[in-house]
Order: sequence, then C-alpha cells, then structure tokens
Amino acid sequence: MHENTEALIKMPTGIEGFDHLTMGGLPKGRTCLIAGSSGSGKTVLGMEFLYRGISRFGRKGVFVSMEERTPDIMRNVSRMGWGLHDMVARGQLRLVDAGPDPIPIEESGTYDLSGLLVRIEHAVEQSGAELLVLDSIGSLFDQFDNVAVVRREIFRIIDALRNMGITAILTAERLDEYGRISRHGVEEFVSDTVIILRNVLKEEKCRRTIQVLKMRGDTHYKGEYPFTINAPTGISILPLSARELKQSSSTTRISFGNQILDQMAGGGLFRDSIFLVSGPTGGGKTLLATTFAAEGCRRGEKVLLLAYEESHAQLLRNAQSWGLDFQKWEEDGLLRVMCQYPESMGLEDHLLLIQREIEKFRPKRLIMDSVSAMERMAHVRFFREFVIGLTSFAKQEEVCSLFTSTTPKLSGGDSVTEAHISTITDAILLLRYVEINGILRRGVAVIKMRGSQHDKQIREFTIDDQGLHIGKPFTNVQNIILGIPSATMPSEVEQLGAMFED
Amino acid sequence: MPMTDYETYVLKLFVTGHTPRSERAIHNLRRICERELGGRYEMVVIDILEHPQSAEDEKILATPTLIKALPLPLRRIIGDLTDKEKVLLGLDLLPVPTELLSCPAE
Repeated sequence: MHENTEALIKMPTGIEGFDHLTMGGLPKGRTCLIAGSSGSGKTVLGMEFLYRGISRFGRKGVFVSMEERTPDIMRNVSRMGWGLHDMVARGQLRLVDAGPDPIPIEESGTYDLSGLLVRIEHAVEQSGAELLVLDSIGSLFDQFDNVAVVRREIFRIIDALRNMGITAILTAERLDEYGRISRHGVEEFVSDTVIILRNVLKEEKCRRTIQVLKMRGDTHYKGEYPFTINAPTGISILPLSARELKQSSSTTRISFGNQILDQMAGGGLFRDSIFLVSGPTGGGKTLLATTFAAEGCRRGEKVLLLAYEESHAQLLRNAQSWGLDFQKWEEDGLLRVMCQYPESMGLEDHLLLIQREIEKFRPKRLIMDSVSAMERMAHVRFFREFVIGLTSFAKQEEVCSLFTSTTPKLSGGDSVTEAHISTITDAILLLRYVEINGILRRGVAVIKMRGSQHDKQIREFTIDDQGLHIGKPFTNVQNIILGIPSATMPSEVEQLGAMFED
Repeated sequence: MPMTDYETYVLKLFVTGHTPRSERAIHNLRRICERELGGRYEMVVIDILEHPQSAEDEKILATPTLIKALPLPLRRIIGDLTDKEKVLLGLDLLPVPTELLSCPAE
C-alpha cells in the first residue's frame, strides 16, 4: 500500500563506514529500525545520525526521547563533544521529551496516542526537520497497557513520518543478541530497513557489531561488522572484508636495509607489500624490524613502529646497541614509535587507532612487532578480521609493512598468526635456530616472495654490535624449516657435491 | 471521607479534535464532576490540534488525557473516562482501602 514506483534514493549519513556498509546511506524519506540490546549503542547512533546530518549536510533534526528525560540524554551524549546544546539553541536540533510520566496514570476507557503524534508533527513543522530519531519506540509498550492500541499507533506514526517525507530512525530494544529481532515485534511495522547492533562479550572482551538485516529493494553488505564508539569521532564501522581488493601492485622495490637480504628477496621488497617475519623468541625478529625501520629513516622515509612487546625505552636502547639513533629520527619527525599493551583495548580499537595513525603520519614503512601478540587478545576469527583489515588498509595506503610473528616453539613450527596471515602476506621470511654439532646457530630463509624470484637457500645469520650479518647458505643440514635440523652423512654430501659441482 | 471537601478542583482535559471519543470524554467528566464535586471544579478543555504547543508543554502522549492540576498531588487519567471507578480513583475521590493505608510494622 505504500509502494512507490519511484526508486529509493539513499541519503548519506556521514557516519564513518555506515554509508559504505549500506552502499550509500539510509533510504531517503523512509523509516529505519535500529534494534539492539541495552547498551549496544542505539542512542549514540541515532544522535550521531542527527549530528552528522546537521553539521555536515546542513539538515535539521528532531530527537524524540521516550526512555530518558532529554536533559539526561543530552548529558550522556555530551561526552562526545558534539556541541549539541548549541545546535538546540540555534534551532537545528529539536528535542521532544516523551519519556514515561513520573505522575501515576490511570487508564479509564479508550484512548489513542494522538498526543505523541501531534507533538512529533509540531516539532517537525516548527523546525523544518528532515531527520527524526525516536528512541525507543518499544518503550511505548511499557508505558501503556493496551498493546493493540500501541501497535496501531506505531503504525500511524510511521505512516505520518512517511507522508511528511522524513528520514527517520526508530530504535527498539532486544533481549538476546541472537534471538528475535526486537521485543514486541516492532520490526513488523518498519518494513524498509532493519539494522541490528550487538554488544557481545567474547573471551572477556566486548565486541560491538552492526548488521544490516534488510534494506528494501537495494543491496548492502551482509554480515556483522565490528564498530567502535569514541569521542568525538562517534561511531566508526570497520568494513574489513568489504574493502575492495583494488590495490595497484607496485613494481618499485625498496631496500630491506641489508644487501644480502635484498638479494635473497630478488632485489628488495615491493613498495606496497606485506612482509611477515616469523621466528622463535630471541631469533632476531626485532633486530630485523629495527634494521628495516632504520633503512627507511636513513632514506628519509617516514616509519611507523608499533611495539606490543617492548617499551619505548627498551626499543631505543636496543637500537642504540646496534648503533642506530632512533631518538634523533624521532626528533626529526621521521620515526614514530607507539608502544601499547595489546590488552589495553579491543582489536577493533587497535585497528582504528593504527588506521588513524597511518592517515595522520603518512608513513612509507610500517612495522608491527609483533602481530602474534594480538593473537591472544581475541577469538581467532576476530584476529583474522583484524589482520585482513590492517593489511588491506596498509596496501591501500601503499605502506610497506613488516609484521613479526613469534613461533610457539623455539625450534619453529606454525603459529596461529602464520596460519591466518600467511596467505595475505606477500613475502615471508623465516628465522630458525639450527643446532649443528651441539652449537646453536641461526638460519634465515625467504619462503615466499609474491611476484618475484627469490633465493631458495637457507643462510646463516649472526648478530653482533653492528647489527645483523647474513652469511653463507647452510650445507650438510636438512629439515631446518621443519625445526628438526639433522646433518647429512658426509659421504652423501660428498656424493652429491661430486654430482653437481662441475 | 476524602479530606478535599472544601477545595476547588482544577481539571484540564486534553483532546484531539471533535471526535466521538473527545465528546464522550467531555461528557463523562462533566457528569462525574457534577455528581461528585457539585460546583467545586473548574474544567478546561484543550484541543491539541489547535494548541500543539500545550501538548508539548504538558508532555501529553495519549488523548484524551485528564490532568488534575489542583488540589495536589498531580494526577493523570487517560481514556474517554467511561470507567467511573478509575476516574474517581485518579481524582483521589475514592476512600483509599484501609489495608493500603496501614504501614508495615517497623
């Protein structure tokens, strides 16, 4: 009965990631239902929808508060620092306080909710609003005994909003994160767009996600996408796998900082590649990362170093011991070192922080030491999403990235990190301990180099106060990569040598 | 008996247009007031279609809504006031049952 033959026009909301997720924003002149459990971010999303509409697109908005008093709402949202009070004073934002009455109410005979409808229409007319948020529609069921009346009146309100051409968000609460869409089945009324917000506690971390359940007659990204709420940026949705694989592959090579390593990689790293360094603890990963960073700084390229296992002072001291003056590069604005405990925030927040930092600092090289430190933070699936989100962002921004990954055993072997990111990375370098005749030595090998030839040999490398040195390939040893090096029989070596050397 | 014997009641009735429900509410209220309060009441009928701002000021959601402004405490009754008992209860005109008055022992 409300089918219009005209195509739906989508209206950008300006909320970070939201317009990408919905492929253009919310259908203009229609009503969208946002369902979510308590504390899932419904009110903030609604308020940000109005705030962005006002500040970025010059629209006007009405906020109808049905659960809390408007001063409480304003106080709660004031931590976002959006200056909503000024918007109210300038007449850009209008608040309608339709919260539950503190005065006891008797019901005697039949009634309808024309009072609410008249107030909504009045507010829209007075302000000239195009946007409206009603938070939350479901609370009407708590305020009035007659469910049939409430259902009919919700329908009437939605109808009136559509007739006025208002783009509206109605919120509704839900009880279970993966149960029915909303309490009281409000979604039956709002047939155009339904969005679900979730706040799931998993492995001791809260994770917010948003899902576009349906969007009438139009395409959108499906599935749950993590988001964060921060002041003053508000909601940031991380589209992760929604990112398109459109990175242009660069053929420009950059130096690793070690001549032999460059040779092993077929002439250096591609400028937009993701490079994984895997090795046991103490295997020289941080040194490799430091060498890579130093090379960037020496060439006047900006380098962003994210450290999750060492403190700022420790990093500087280590670099110093190899004759590298990180402090000077930091002062010159070439190097930025960020030290953070992985546990200090959720993976989504880490990802967001890194993305912001890349956008702000515009580094040419990015180092993450170590990415496996993040592994213990969350569920494997979320970790993979994090890595995908980070690598695709780094590629998009043409940042040459080096990730280190700590193998669980000294002898090597796979880690979860490698299992999940080895397919995403363009190059992999393995560091392994090699025990030969009771002496522990270090080996290094390039096992993957996308789009290029690389050295297939395993070379010995040593560390001294000058940094790292890569020596000759190991001979006479097998199964280094597998972590069980064994010497081959001299006679066999001799035989082989005899066969291949001239 | 209620202690409000000598007080004048100030009643505000919010309605939406001249619908049968509005008329019913006005009629019912007038009848109850005449019978229970004699002349001791002032009744104002406000049509929120004509005065939407008053609906905003008084935070009206449902119509009809009857507000007992005086004597205090404020009371609200929604509906067309066909349930007389509820109206009397809402206007504090019914003697409160004694079991509700008695306080639990300390």
